[in-house]
Amino acid sequence: MTVTAREGKASGPRPERIRIENLHKSFGEIEVLKGVSLTACEGDVVAVIGGSGSGKSTMLRCINFLETPTSGKIIIGGEEIRMRPDGSPADRRQIEHARQHLGMVFQSFNLWSHMTILQNLIEVPVHVLKVPKDQAVAIAERLLDRVGLLAKKDAYPAYLSGGQQQRAAIARALAIEPRAMLFDEPTSALDPELVGEVLSVIRDLAAEGRTMILVTHEMKFAREVSNHVMYLYNGLVEEQGPPEQVFGAPRSERLQKFLKSLG
Amino acid sequence: MGAPRAEGHEQMTDFLKPHRIVMIAIAVALVLACIFLLNWSWLENPKYQTLILQGIWRTIWITIVTMVIGMLLAIPIGLAQAAGPWYLAVPARVFCTVIRGTPLLMQLWLLYYGLGSLFPSIPWIRESDLWPLLRQAWPYAVVALSLSVAGYEGEVMRGAFKGVPHGQLEAARAMGMPRFTALRRIWLPQAIHRVLPTIGGETVLQLKATPLVSTITVMEIYAVVGRIRQDTFIIYEPLLFLAAVYMCLTGLIVLLYRWFEGRMPKRVA
Repeated sequence: MTVTAREGKASGPRPERIRIENLHKSFGEIEVLKGVSLTACEGDVVAVIGGSGSGKSTMLRCINFLETPTSGKIIIGGEEIRMRPDGSPADRRQIEHARQHLGMVFQSFNLWSHMTILQNLIEVPVHVLKVPKDQAVAIAERLLDRVGLLAKKDAYPAYLSGGQQQRAAIARALAIEPRAMLFDEPTSALDPELVGEVLSVIRDLAAEGRTMILVTHEMKFAREVSNHVMYLYNGLVEEQGPPEQVFGAPRSERLQKFLKSLG
Repeated sequence: MGAPRAEGHEQMTDFLKPHRIVMIAIAVALVLACIFLLNWSWLENPKYQTLILQGIWRTIWITIVTMVIGMLLAIPIGLAQAAGPWYLAVPARVFCTVIRGTPLLMQLWLLYYGLGSLFPSIPWIRESDLWPLLRQAWPYAVVALSLSVAGYEGEVMRGAFKGVPHGQLEAARAMGMPRFTALRRIWLPQAIHRVLPTIGGETVLQLKATPLVSTITVMEIYAVVGRIRQDTFIIYEPLLFLAAVYMCLTGLIVLLYRWFEGRMPKRVA
């Protein structure tokens, strides 16, 4: 049930970034995750696909404890997050520290609306990670330039289009210099004509070998950027493997149906 | 350079419709009649001039000080109700209910005539360094008015804290921001942005609650005008003057908050 090394790229064992073991999550009576496991090593791009209610977003949100798992193990950078019996992190410092190495990108951007784009990018580096301000600004400007938003650095999020906001949100996640990126349906809230600009930023990140877990509905994109695809159905991994296999020759009937329904 | 002037001129003629000219004329006539036909001689009395200035100043500082103390109390009270454990949320809720459910005048009198008359009978209070302060009326006025603000604005702040979109806090959490930092940097500033227009209105209401403290012998402008009326038997003019004072202060408050709001970044829901 683990992700295989990216073909042709691996030379020697790559450090493990994120591992999930036998993750369960219930909301009251409803069990959303029924034992999911996943390992992402450095440079892996894992695409998580599945219908709505399959548990893919919940799985992603359990990795940084935005949802508290019911049971299972979360290991980030080789360090297991200690959990209380109820699944909440036992040591708040430990999970805060782990989160500082995970850049999360949300479906609804969640840029802080009372700060300019630049302030959004330097907020955590300056006020949490204690990076000197001029250094944080330099990093932030470089990142904004990369996502094509340097000209908007002093604008407030409300004045940006959805695509621009999401690109800024990706830059904000990168500003903490994360060891892995978590994308939670980053293009689902965007108008169709704005999806492309966000995907191209994510594509660049994948190309430079960033570790990413990407929950998405963009099948073509998932096939193109990932080196491992997980299809979740009803809280379980129904099928997984390299993208050519999962998309090209799906074995499970449900996955065949799912891919067909998306055209 | 001609264009803006022509535009301004056009706006002026637009504004000066016949019915408006008539109303303006009536207003001017009323003001002039008030100035020239009524008795303003008392305003020339230097004794009253000093009292009036002192009274206006007292009204202003009581409004400002009680709003500031009240808001500082309202923030934790609102936070306790919005996100606190039950043993903080319940007392905060009870406090707001009691303050909002009883008349301010009664609260003021309970403090001044209740506590204020209880304190002298307790020896260690009489001997404490605070006694010179507790013997005066204004501390009771400040406490009562501040608690009133805390009660009303605590409720407003509860709504403001709850109204900040969940995603804003989740983004902070997801990046490993400690809880107190997230409160200080994200949650509180956004809650304050939300309530600023409300707080402007509440400050105006607070200004107009200050005359109540004249009932416990604090000589703010309402009390000063009351005294002038008693001394001179001139009834109507001091009241008109009082109205003008309150309207000017209200205008100042409105302008101040409008300036504040203008400096705030706009947000789109």
